[in-house]
Amino acid sequence: MAKYGNNARAIERLVRDAEVHRDVYVDQEIFELEMEHLFPNSWIYVGHASQLSKPGDFITANIGRQPVMASRHTDGSIHVFYNRCPHKGVKIASEPCGNTGKFFRCPYHAWSFKTDGSLLAIPLKKGYEGTGFTDTQANEGLSKVKNVVIYRDFIFARLSDSGVSFEDYFGESLSTIDNMVDRSPEGKLAIEAAPIRYMHTCNWKMLVENQTDTCHPMVAHESSAGTAVKVWKREQGDSTETPMAVQLYGPFMSPYEFYEQSGIRIWPNGHGHTGVANSIHSNYSDIDGYLGQMVAAYGEKRAHEILGEVRHNTVYFPNIMVKGAVQIVRNFIPIAVDKTLVESWVYRLVGAPDKLYERALMYNRFINAPTSIVGHDDLEMYERAQEGLKSNGNQWVNLRRLYESNEEQDVTAVINGTSERQMRNQFHAWAKFMTMDMDKHVEAAE
Amino acid sequence: MINEKTIADFIYREAELLDTMQWQAWLDLFHPEGRYWMPLEWQQQDPVLQPSLMYEDLLLLKVRVERLAGERTFSQKPKSRCHHLLQAPQIVACDAAGGVFKARTSYIYTETRGDLLERYSGWASHDLVQVGDSLKIKLKRVDLVNFDAPFGNIQLFM
Ligand code: FES
Ligand SMILES: [Fe+2]
Repeated sequence: MAKYGNNARAIERLVRDAEVHRDVYVDQEIFELEMEHLFPNSWIYVGHASQLSKPGDFITANIGRQPVMASRHTDGSIHVFYNRCPHKGVKIASEPCGNTGKFFRCPYHAWSFKTDGSLLAIPLKKGYEGTGFTDTQANEGLSKVKNVVIYRDFIFARLSDSGVSFEDYFGESLSTIDNMVDRSPEGKLAIEAAPIRYMHTCNWKMLVENQTDTCHPMVAHESSAGTAVKVWKREQGDSTETPMAVQLYGPFMSPYEFYEQSGIRIWPNGHGHTGVANSIHSNYSDIDGYLGQMVAAYGEKRAHEILGEVRHNTVYFPNIMVKGAVQIVRNFIPIAVDKTLVESWVYRLVGAPDKLYERALMYNRFINAPTSIVGHDDLEMYERAQEGLKSNGNQWVNLRRLYESNEEQDVTAVINGTSERQMRNQFHAWAKFMTMDMDKHVEAAE
Repeated sequence: MINEKTIADFIYREAELLDTMQWQAWLDLFHPEGRYWMPLEWQQQDPVLQPSLMYEDLLLLKVRVERLAGERTFSQKPKSRCHHLLQAPQIVACDAAGGVFKARTSYIYTETRGDLLERYSGWASHDLVQVGDSLKIKLKRVDLVNFDAPFGNIQLFM
């Protein structure tokens, strides 16, 4: 019973000006169409070049449902392929990361490939002579993902051959990545450890939306952040210095006015961020020696400019969130319509004091881990939403907060920080990238 | 006089307090400087500059315990329960003169909430110190066999 396949109009009807139909979260067919259209049409984060420091280093990832891998070639270049042997389809690499040496070797029949993906050797090569093998796709080796852009060491790929260019897709939103990288006195980030992984039994978009939902922390996190503040007040005794832990939990309890004033900036194609004027990261205490390093590297004025930019959550549509002020990227990996794997990565600011890395790691386990009490608050709400949306009582999700009837799409704007406009912005992009190649499919089928 | 049996009994008692949700009594087992640590790497050495699932001092453990009973703690409606199945603790050190008491205990841990039941396997390492007549936890380290798996909520204590 295909309701939505090849039916761009039906999909567009799920997104109204300030409401979305529950099928975007709960409908199995919509999920399949996201895997087939939305993810291939979008620019997706694959990994970070620091994970590929030496030739032969590789990482694996998924774009939508499709397994891909990235590798560092002998000449230093980075390549992204489909993680699939051209012979009988065996996955070339099954680990999240590793070093393959000079070449990849398929574990099934030992076809081997250079680290740029090209076919190196096949055992008993003679058996292919005169068979027309050289005319097959297999002869080209591992299938390349053609559209790859490495922006300040962040590796992005788009699977579709056609679509929006990297520059047009991200535009000004790349300023958040710039700010995160610039926070290193050497202008360099490094991933040094595996991510924290957290399985969510809910639709991936609930997580993405929550990144700019500023009306929930003081409510949903009263149980965790609120309790932390309460216990600290009681136990602090004479101590005047707030522990790093309490500095990280405390701001989640900021009142509505704080979030209203901190602002949201939206960008075209579904990107946007909270924390324009200030954010919950604004008032962490200084880390000894860091400012001095930044001033030495960038000069007084520029250093203050970089550190004064304390954006909270930046959503890069469709599925990552970048948190520059604590050097974290969260990747919301769709597994099923009601199942999402969250990988939260911490980046080290190369050249900066260890204390900054310590704080980032602490933030990650406090907020993003399966053992995080803040995470427990959020996941409980997503799971209840996934259940509640099955109700036929009302099939629409309301995103009307601070909606204006003449709201323009695909624009840049700064708005009240408690607006739901960034969610509307995301759903506009969602409908656009879901359907942008659909009419063509109809033609092809005819 | 602390001996191997005292250490083993202490570890059984700790698990019993968790299984019966006597959280305050459980917190009282910790030394004021005590830590609860769940590494995120195999044979991890550093809880500070390597990622962990938990690395909490007494203040943070108190926050967790207090939160469990909170009126607005929705992830505990309904409440979680847990069960520890312990192997006999292996006494790693029992040096009363030096004040060093260490044990390693293999276990299976079950956490349940509503209709869900999750099971975890691992090893708990206890570093204990003597305070007055009794033992206190300096460090409880919990190593899961599948620390790198993507878990759902783990809300209680292993
Ligand atoms: S499947 Fe890879 S060599 Fe045969
Ligand atoms: Fe939240």
